[in-house]
Amino acid sequence: MNMEIAGVLPPFTLNLWQDILSILHYDFMRQAMLAGTILSLVTGLVGYFVVLRHQAFAGESLSDVAFTGALGGAAFGINPLGSLLVSTIAVGVIMGGFGERLRGRDVAIGTVLAWVLGLGVLFLSLFTTQASGTGTGFSGVTVLFGNILGISSNQVQIIAGISGLAILLLFLIARPLLFASLDPDVAAAQGVPVRLLGVGFMVLLAITVSEATLAVGALLVFALLLLPAAIAHQVSSRPGTSLTLAAGLAVAMTWLGIAIGFYTGYPSSVCISLLAFVSYVVVVGGSQVRPKRG
Amino acid sequence: MPIVFADTLSPSWDLVADIQILLHFHFMQNAYLAGTLVAITAGIMGYFMVLRSQSFAGHSLANVGFAGATGAVLFGIPSVVGLFIAGLCAAAGMQALNLANRQGRQSDIAVGAVFSASLALGFLFIHLATAEYAANVYNILFGNVLGITDPDVSSIVWSTLVLLVILLVIARPLCFASLDPDVAAAQGVPVRGLAFGYLALLALVVAIAVQVVGVLLIFALLVTPAAIAYYLTTRPSVAVALAVVLALSFTWLGLAVGYFTPYPVSFFITTFAFGTYVLVRSGRFVLDRVVQRPARMPLGSKGGDV
Repeated sequence: MNMEIAGVLPPFTLNLWQDILSILHYDFMRQAMLAGTILSLVTGLVGYFVVLRHQAFAGESLSDVAFTGALGGAAFGINPLGSLLVSTIAVGVIMGGFGERLRGRDVAIGTVLAWVLGLGVLFLSLFTTQASGTGTGFSGVTVLFGNILGISSNQVQIIAGISGLAILLLFLIARPLLFASLDPDVAAAQGVPVRLLGVGFMVLLAITVSEATLAVGALLVFALLLLPAAIAHQVSSRPGTSLTLAAGLAVAMTWLGIAIGFYTGYPSSVCISLLAFVSYVVVVGGSQVRPKRG
Repeated sequence: MPIVFADTLSPSWDLVADIQILLHFHFMQNAYLAGTLVAITAGIMGYFMVLRSQSFAGHSLANVGFAGATGAVLFGIPSVVGLFIAGLCAAAGMQALNLANRQGRQSDIAVGAVFSASLALGFLFIHLATAEYAANVYNILFGNVLGITDPDVSSIVWSTLVLLVILLVIARPLCFASLDPDVAAAQGVPVRGLAFGYLALLALVVAIAVQVVGVLLIFALLVTPAAIAYYLTTRPSVAVALAVVLALSFTWLGLAVGYFTPYPVSFFITTFAFGTYVLVRSGRFVLDRVVQRPARMPLGSKGGDV
C-alpha cells in the first residue's frame, strides 16, 4: 500500500512546516499519528518499569501470546480483541506468579512461551483448514508486523480508551511499584505487597501489549516498549526524569519514523524500530567513550 | 500432507506394525533422522542455556533466523549461510551491547534490542523481496519437519558431529563458567570468551535446525527438556543425559502422533514437553510440601540469588 501512495505523494522539501502540513493532509496519516502518539506514550511509561524489572523477555512473550490469542479467536470465531485480552492477561498472571527472581523465571517464561507458540501453530492449522483462502497468510503477517497506517478511527477510540486506563493504573501504583522494583527485599520488609504488585504490573503489561499488538503489530510494540526506556535508563538514574524521557523519546521516534516511512515508502514499523535501535546503540556506545566511572 | 495418509493408515494396538507404518515412507525416515539429531544437540545446548539463564537469547537467536532466511533469499545466497551470518552478527551484537552497558546484569535488554532490530530487518527484507514470498514466512517460522530432503539430512549429520566435538572440548570450562562466573574468572577461565563462544555455537545450532524444524520447534526443544532435567537433578552430567533423552522422546512421540492425526507435529511436541514440565513442577511442589526436607531442594528453587 505504501508503495502505491508514494508515487503520488508530495516530495520532501526543506520547508519543514510545509512537510508536516502535507503529512497531516491525509486522513489515514492523522489517524496513524494519533494512534502512534497514544501508544508510544503508554509503551514508553510501562516500558521503563519493564527495563527496571528486567522483564523484557516477559514483554516479548506476551506479544507472542497475543498472536496466539488472536489466532485462537479467529479459529473459533470469537471476537479477536476479547480472546487476545483474556489470553494475555491469563498468561501475564501466570508469569507474575513466578516471582521476582531472575534465574528461575527466565526458564519458566521460555517453557510457557514454547507451548503457547505450539498452540499458535495448532490454531493456525485449524484456521487455515476452516477458512481456506490466500488471505490468511497475509493476516498472520499483519499480526506480527502490523500496519500503523491502516488504523481505523474506531480502533483509535479503543486504543485511546484502553491506554488511558493503563496509564491511570500505572500512576496509581507507580510509587510502590518503583520501590518494589528497585529493592524487592527492603520493600517487602516495609510492608509493600511485592508479590501482588508484580502480578498487577504483569496484568498491566498484558493489557498494554495486547491492545497495541492488535493495532500496530508485535514488532513495533516490542521496539517501543524496550528501546526508548533502555535509552532513558542508560542516560539518567532518576526515576522521574527517566520516565519522562522514555515517554518523550518513544513519541519522538514514532513521529520521526512515520514521517520517514511516509517519504521513503518503507514500512513505518521498520523505520521506527530501526531508528530506535540505532539511537540505543549510539547512546550505549557513547557512554562507553566517556571516561569510565569505575 | 499427513491428512491424506491418515485416512488410509490408522494406528492399531500392535506397536511393531505401527512403527513399520511410520517408517514406511521416505519422508518419515528423514523426519525421524533429522529430528533425532536436532533433539540430541538441542538437549545438550539447552542444558547450558538453562544453566546460564539465557532462554531469551535462545529465543531471539531462533527469531534472528527469520531475518537471516529472508535476507538470504533477497541477496541470493544459500539460506544456511544467511542464517549463520545473521546468527553470528546477533551473537556479537548481544555480547557487545551487554558488555557496554555494564550496570548490573542487563543481558535481557541487550538481547531485546538485538531482537527487535532483527525482526525489523526481517520485515524490511520481506518488503523488498517479491510479494509471493510473504506466504513462505510461515515455513520459516514454523518449519516443515515432514518435508526434509536428503541433502538436508546429510548437512545436519555433519554439523551435528562438528558441534558435538566442539562441545566435548569446552563442556567442562563452560559448565564452570556458567555455574560460578566470578570464581571461574579468578581461576583463569576465559569467561567472556566462553560466553561469546557459547552464543556463537547456539547461533550455529539454530541456523542448522531452523530450516528443518522451524523457529518455534528448535526453541521448544532447547528450553523445555533442559528445564525439566534442571528441576530433577543437580548433577550436570545426569542432567545433560536426561535432557537429551527427554528431547528425543518428545520428538519421536510428537512425530508419531502428528503422523496419525491431521494436526501439526510441532503442536504435539510442544504439548508433550509442556505437559511433562507441569507434571514435574507440580510433583516437586507437592513433594516439597509433604516431605519437609529443605536440604534436598533443587538448585533453581533456592539458589536463585541473581
